[in-house]
This record gives sequence, C-alpha cells and structure tokens, in this order.
Amino acid sequence: MLTVKVLGTGCPNCKKLEAAAREALEQSGIQAELIKVTDMVDIMAYDILSTPGLVLNEKVVSSGRIPSPQEIAGWLTEAASAN
Amino acid sequence: MDLFAPLQWLADLVSYSLLGLAPDSYLGAALNFFIYDSLKIGLLLVAINLLMAVVRYYLPLEKARDILTRPRWQGVNYLVAALLGVVTPFCSCSSIPLFIGFLSAGIPLGITFTFLISSPLVNEASLYLFPALFGFKVTLLYNLIGIVVAILGGLLIQSLGVERFVRTELLTFRSRKDVEGEHGSAPPLRQLLAYFWQDAMTITRQVFPYVLLGVGLGAVIHGFVPASLAERFLSSREWWAVPLATLLGVPFYANSVGVIPVMEALVGKGVPLGTGLAFMTAIVTLSLPEMLILKKVMRWQLLALFIAVTTVGIMLIGYGLNALTTRMP
Repeated sequence: MLTVKVLGTGCPNCKKLEAAAREALEQSGIQAELIKVTDMVDIMAYDILSTPGLVLNEKVVSSGRIPSPQEIAGWLTEAASAN
Repeated sequence: MDLFAPLQWLADLVSYSLLGLAPDSYLGAALNFFIYDSLKIGLLLVAINLLMAVVRYYLPLEKARDILTRPRWQGVNYLVAALLGVVTPFCSCSSIPLFIGFLSAGIPLGITFTFLISSPLVNEASLYLFPALFGFKVTLLYNLIGIVVAILGGLLIQSLGVERFVRTELLTFRSRKDVEGEHGSAPPLRQLLAYFWQDAMTITRQVFPYVLLGVGLGAVIHGFVPASLAERFLSSREWWAVPLATLLGVPFYANSVGVIPVMEALVGKGVPLGTGLAFMTAIVTLSLPEMLILKKVMRWQLLALFIAVTTVGIMLIGYGLNALTTRMP
C-alpha cells in the first residue's frame, strides 16, 4: 500500500496540505496510509528546504507549497501504477 | 494618475453621501479610511499573491540553494543571497529547514544569514505594495537599505567565525536526495493558471482577515486619535524615536500586509516615515515565534547576534529614511 507523509510542524499551511492530500486520496480512490510527520528532526531527514512537504513512498514530491488535490491525485496515480 | 481614485470615490459615496456622515467627523473619517484602504489593499493583495504564486512555482528554495552552491567568487554570493531573499517568499516555518538545508549544502554561514535577513525584511509587500502606498522613492530607499543591511549583516557574522554556535548535530551533510516529481511533467497551461489562481486566493483568504483588522485599527487611529497625541509621543525627532519604535515592534507579530494600514494611519498623523517603517519592519521581522524556532538550531549567542544585526539594520532603515525624506521637496 502507498504511504503518504505530510511533513509539517503544525502551521496552517501544513494543515492545508493534509486536507489537500486527503481530498486527493478521496478523489482518486487510491488506498494509502496517511502519516503526519511533525517532529523537526524527522522532517529534516527528508532534506526539504521549506515546509510543508509531501512524501510519497519515501520520495519527496513537493515542498514549500501546497499543490492542488488534482496535482496530488496525479502523483498518487503515478505511484500506484508504478507498483 | 491615481489608480485608486475610483475606490476613494466609492468610499466617499458610502460614508458621506449614503450614510450622511460629515467628512471632518471622527466616524466619517474613520469609515472612509476603512472602506478605501481595505478595498485598495484587498485588490493589491490578490494581484501580489498571484505574482508570488508564479514565483513560488518557478523558484522554489531548492533552486535558490542550487544557485548559491554553484562555484563562483564567494563575495558575489552575498549579493545573490540578498537578492534571492528578496524574490523568494518566506514563511517563518521555513526558517529551520532552510537554515539546515543551506548549511548542509555547504553554503557558508554568513551567506545563509544574508538570505535569512533579507527574506523577511524585503518581501513582496515592500516591493509591490510600497509603490502604491508610499511612492517609488521610499520603496527604492527601503529595499536598497534592506539589501545592504542583509549583505553587511551576513559579512559581519561570517567574519566573526561563530560557526561553533550552530548546533551541528542537526546538520546532516548527506548528499541531497533529488526532489523528484515536483515539476515532472508540466501541467497544461490552463491547469497551471487555475493552480496559480487557487494558490493566490488561498493565501489571500488567509491574510485578508488580518488586513481588515489592520485597516480597522488604522481607521481608528486615522479618525479618532487626535494628531496632537500621536505627534507628542511618536513623531518626536529625538534620536530615541527610531530605536523606541523598533523595540515597540518586537512583542507584536503581524502579517506583513496587515500592519501596513496601521503604519499608513500613523504616518498620516505626523509620525515620520522612517520611524513608522522601523516600527512596521520590527513587527514583521523580529517575531518571537521565529526566534523560538531558530533557537533549536543555533545556540543563544548566535541567535542573539542575528537579532542584534537585524535590529540595528532596522534602526538604520529608520534613521536613513527619516534623514532622506526630510530632504525631499
């Protein structure tokens, strides 16, 4: 199953990214495990320069901005079909 | 040509004609200011956020880091870092990842600080809102002094060799993982435009309540605070007016756009422009939450140095602008 991680310390942008990710999951109907990573040290392990960040199956797909649910759904589909 | 004349007309219409308030009454002046300013800033906000959405998409921080790690004479990088700080949008929540990421990539401490100083100091509000609100001369002066402060601050920090105050245990110094898939296949233009609009409006919706708050406060100052009061306490040309204004800004944090109408109103009441801008800049850049965040990656000595440099820089902006604007016709 896909793992989707939302990297963020809890600021409003991070919550928005989580909402967008959830919407993308609903829209695409793909099964995935959504994890929120809020500890700074854990976030830094992904080498992003700006929160919020989105990680799909341990691969950073976006950082520093909030992609639209459609964009996220696209990545989800790509990742799902790559399996 | 006053671009916002129609807005002023609308504000006059509502407060004076429709509601019948007298232009020189407290309530009339306050309401007029409120309508005019919230509409004006609201429109500017949407335009700016659209622009920043595009910038954020094409110039993510990763690109800024790549630009700064390319081999060139390090001295140039101070200027590049300051300019990049100007152009890239900044959220205090990015402070740590940015700080660690830059240092891990091998960017010297001083240059990282130049970026950290210029990012909040010279931002989209100071670049795009100021011309509409304070004119081009002030905008140019403010941003130039801001960039110079950032460069000098970074150079100073670099020369002091305070790397030992960075909590190096948090730096990873690993090879960068590629940020894949971010712009893997460029979305079709229409989708891209829709994304920019959505991104811009999300932020506008988030910020606008604070703008209204700021305009409300500004309107109260504009309409109700007698000029004599403001003049007596804040518009003093004593040397301590600027440092006082700077320090007053520290305990407050406000959105960089929301605080502008308050500043506008104060300046309208006779507070010198430099003093007002120092106050406003201190509110935006010296924020307690960001200091607490940064404390996790640097020891207090370095943090104190950073705060000191930024504070002195802000005061320089204040004095500089006061001195230069009084010579203007």
